[in-house]
Amino acid sequence: MSIERREIEKLATLSRIAINEETISEVSQRLGSVLELVDQLQAVDTDGVEAMSHPMQATQRLREDEVTEFNRREALQAIAPETEDGLFLVPKVIE
Amino acid sequence: MHNLTIAELVKGLQSKEFTSVELTQHFLDRIGSLDSAYNAVITVTAEQALKAAAAADQRLAAGNAPDLCGVPILHKDIFCTDGVRTSCGSKMLDNFIPPYSATVVENFEQAGAVVLGKTNMDEFAMGSSNETSFYGPVKNPWATDSVPGGSSGGSAAAVAARLAPGATATDTGGSIRQPAALCGVSGIKPTYGRVSRWGMIAFASSLDQGGPMARTAEDCALLLNCMASYDDKDSTCIDRAVPDYTATLNSSVKGLRIGVPKEYFSEGLHPGTEKAVRAALADLEAQGAELVEISLPNSALSVPAYYVIAPAEASANLSRFDGSRYGYRCENPKDLEDMYCRSRAEGFGEEVQRRILIGTYCLSAGYYDAYYGKSQQVRQLIQQDFVSAFENVDLIMGPTCPSPAFKFGSKGDDPVAMYLEDIYTIATNLAGLPGMSVPCGMVEGKPVGLQIIGNYFDEARILNAAHQYQQASDWHTQAPEGIA
Repeated sequence: MSIERREIEKLATLSRIAINEETISEVSQRLGSVLELVDQLQAVDTDGVEAMSHPMQATQRLREDEVTEFNRREALQAIAPETEDGLFLVPKVIE
Repeated sequence: MHNLTIAELVKGLQSKEFTSVELTQHFLDRIGSLDSAYNAVITVTAEQALKAAAAADQRLAAGNAPDLCGVPILHKDIFCTDGVRTSCGSKMLDNFIPPYSATVVENFEQAGAVVLGKTNMDEFAMGSSNETSFYGPVKNPWATDSVPGGSSGGSAAAVAARLAPGATATDTGGSIRQPAALCGVSGIKPTYGRVSRWGMIAFASSLDQGGPMARTAEDCALLLNCMASYDDKDSTCIDRAVPDYTATLNSSVKGLRIGVPKEYFSEGLHPGTEKAVRAALADLEAQGAELVEISLPNSALSVPAYYVIAPAEASANLSRFDGSRYGYRCENPKDLEDMYCRSRAEGFGEEVQRRILIGTYCLSAGYYDAYYGKSQQVRQLIQQDFVSAFENVDLIMGPTCPSPAFKFGSKGDDPVAMYLEDIYTIATNLAGLPGMSVPCGMVEGKPVGLQIIGNYFDEARILNAAHQYQQASDWHTQAPEGIA
């Protein structure tokens, strides 16, 4: 099983991963073999089986609405690629 | 000193036979002189370690120090350590110095344990051989042409080579148990929710769980006592008292009902591995345990279900690495889109990219129900298998992996061949159950692991059975050539 080139390109765009032209056929083949593996699931009868999202059916806890985190902007920005005046800098988005 | 267990080190420290500074220096020296052969440790924190050791010695002198005070350990490089690089084995985080520590790291710090450094691992914990690490593969101390297993291969190899008496690790599909088995050490993956995931870099959030590795079950119990805690900061952590896991180690296994799943002894299992595991089961039977053949009929579905759920969750979790706020950013991005796409293409390795793409595929419009939804239903079936089995047995045992450590590059071309390495370990993650691996034999000079699976929050019973097995066997005391 292999995935079409067009589909790989779409996945790469959705994943925000630049894909090298030369590697597309290899990527397609390897993803295909993984999908072949997971396609075994399609034969399983799961009618009426509830999807499991947490092993112990735990639900989201609630807590009092109070401040638990403190402003650590300097420490957090010290490890950023680029900052200015307390803001994270990225390439220009709006012309 | 490096051949002493943690339990013995605790006694030695508390009775002032040696100091934590001496002990810490000894292990730092070992890492310095031996690790070039294994590549198990990627960051050594010698200065901080000696400082922490001196502080531990003061606490020990004052009396009433906690068990682990002064004991040196290593942390898997997936746990955030305040001020110390936390790479997760990836180029993406090669420059990442977290401004905070994981809850697990804080627990050990409060107990006075001494952190020697951070261990190598498969990139973002995705791998079963340690070959996906940005820092190069870890070598198995028993055979340096073979893999140590993964993803916690650095922790397992470090413990096997006596570079540290214990280490932290994480397990999403077998990443504690499989490397523990291949390196001949003991390691336990607790129940999902037992150990805080806060500050532990996320791979697949509904499966990830931290746990300890050491040479003996008793040492794992000592480490788990410290590692397990309820944590408000992890919303999936379960609020339940942590028992003293050492308290029940010496209980007899007489009358213990051990389920032996026939699906774990089928095609694909190495005959030498099977022989070693059967011999271990016979040892426990000789101690009075009862072996019961059971069936986990949906076992074969665990690998396919896992390879939908884990990549799907990974693709969501890893979307945070975009070059904006921390981690790797590509050179001269021409616009925002280019910065995202190239930072991720250059910062993530091949296996991580593959899993993100698969996960994105399984979650994308038109495929969600067929893949993710279906897998979560299959997960329910797999859990039901275990729930039914535990109505009749106390523990389930079988092999940890299908065969002993394989050679580097031998599963390189086909990702699926590598994925099948975790065929016996994945189901416990899907069900959220605790599981352990302990050494139970040797095949072709390489260690074999016995897997012990317990019911929810039954870590104490697993550790008890493992400890009793180790009282009557000596596989866990053996050392690779040139180590002892």
